[in-house]
Amino acid sequence: MDLKDLYRDVIVDHNRHPRNFGRLDPADAHADGYNPLCGDRLTIYVNLDGDRVSEAKFEGSGCAISVASASLLTEAVKGKSRAQVQELFDDVHTVLTQHDANVDASRLGKLAALCGVREFPARVKCASLCWHTLNAALDRATAPVSTE
Amino acid sequence: MSAASVPLPRTANFDVARIRRDFPILDQQVNGKPLVYLDNAASSQRPRAVIEAIDYYYEHDHANVHRGVHTLSQRATDAYEGARETIRGFINARSTREVIYVRGTTEAINLVAQSYARPLLRPGDEILISALEHHANIVPWQLVCQQTGAQLKVIPISQTGEVDFAAFERLIGPRTRLLALAHISNALGTIVPVERFIARAKEHNVPVLLDGAQAVPHSVVDVQALDCDFYCFSAHKMIGPTGIGVLYGRESLLEAMPPWQGGGDMILSVTFEKTTYNQLPWKFEAGTPHIAGAIGLGAAIQYLQGIGMERIAAYEHELLQYATARLACIPGLRIIGTSPQKASVVSFTMAGIHPHDIGTILDTEGVAVRTGHHCAMPVMDFFEVPATARASLSFYNTFEEIDRLVAALEHARQLLG
Repeated sequence: MDLKDLYRDVIVDHNRHPRNFGRLDPADAHADGYNPLCGDRLTIYVNLDGDRVSEAKFEGSGCAISVASASLLTEAVKGKSRAQVQELFDDVHTVLTQHDANVDASRLGKLAALCGVREFPARVKCASLCWHTLNAALDRATAPVSTE
Repeated sequence: MSAASVPLPRTANFDVARIRRDFPILDQQVNGKPLVYLDNAASSQRPRAVIEAIDYYYEHDHANVHRGVHTLSQRATDAYEGARETIRGFINARSTREVIYVRGTTEAINLVAQSYARPLLRPGDEILISALEHHANIVPWQLVCQQTGAQLKVIPISQTGEVDFAAFERLIGPRTRLLALAHISNALGTIVPVERFIARAKEHNVPVLLDGAQAVPHSVVDVQALDCDFYCFSAHKMIGPTGIGVLYGRESLLEAMPPWQGGGDMILSVTFEKTTYNQLPWKFEAGTPHIAGAIGLGAAIQYLQGIGMERIAAYEHELLQYATARLACIPGLRIIGTSPQKASVVSFTMAGIHPHDIGTILDTEGVAVRTGHHCAMPVMDFFEVPATARASLSFYNTFEEIDRLVAALEHARQLLG
């Protein structure tokens, strides 16, 4: 286990200087994420332009992995459609959990910095919290288009 | 004070190298580095004497207790009840009737909440606890308050992590039915001056329960000198097995309490019309108990007595002072819990570095500490931190291991600070 693999420069930078940090008010959708055992806590806000994420911000506090992951997420999903966000979610999940992950690095961009986390199984939940929170936010945002 | 100027205490009269040889688990590499185990407040390690006592029991003496006339049952019963006498002597209870085997501190407190407090409490009555309690000394009281309409009152703590005695004097009153206090705080290390609280509680005829989970491994505990009514502790925090602990209770109170669980061993006779309960302590020990655990706890106590609790406390105090002085030299490190009277627990945060990152970085250096809320979320809220890192020291730890901790924390600071 090499710590430099976990705390890559991109992760350290996004932890020290989180991007898109703060509240989006008003926001089209938002959701809270909370890992009580760690104390990681964040809220993700998104504005939507049709099916596309036009803006994403987050606030909260947590470990370097959770903060950097959320910061990277807000950069990565901006301009993406719901389907593209889901693809990205699946790719991130794969690199976080599978050793022989076969994910095209160009699709991941800066998110590839998260792949060192898989060597530290106890920390995977820190990196994935923001992604599940985003999904929750988007699910609520699409609720008005229910066909009921 | 610079790191170099922290004096190394004299340890000539405490042969820690010999003690460490008794603990096989300590002799291993973790992530390529010699293990430094500093998570003793969560659970301590076992000496060979405890492991061998349990092995010997299973290899030679196992049978059910209190049941058979055959030889093995007699041997198992003798070992199980012999351990109870060892425990009695260790905490200076008047009689083994006052020593109840339970699964651990948590079960002991739940037993008192349900069997002592619940039948007694009326709407408007009050249970008094402090703000530094472990969840195990909060939630059982919340449950019994919900069941009875009683109220939970909380004695505040100070910024140093001391329980506010003046506030306690204002809070205790004619509706107070029980005072439940930690003897030593697991999250902060504060040694609560319980004698003072007990004396005042007695003036109000309020019985006192002490959560001794962190105190029994680190100090001399004499329940008669304390004059407490209930005292609870777990074996696994005092170099004994998991799954076994003790409720000490004043005999007159235990005698008046109804059984908590029903079943075998806790009865004298059963018909469908009427059951006669067993005498103390067995009235509270329904079902086949953790016999091996009790025997292991007895062996753990004998090991501790072989060293001497006064000597253990003195050595751990030196470790605490050294660790506190060394950690205080690290820029940005804040120690949470600075009571003048402390056990060997150092809870801390580091500027710009989340405790979980500290925990991971330390682990890669072979150093095991606890990170998180330490089952004391109200304490974290009070100090306005989401979590802390906690190094908790035991008598088998060394000053060199504290140096390793400090070096690993410096590494964390370089990486993330």
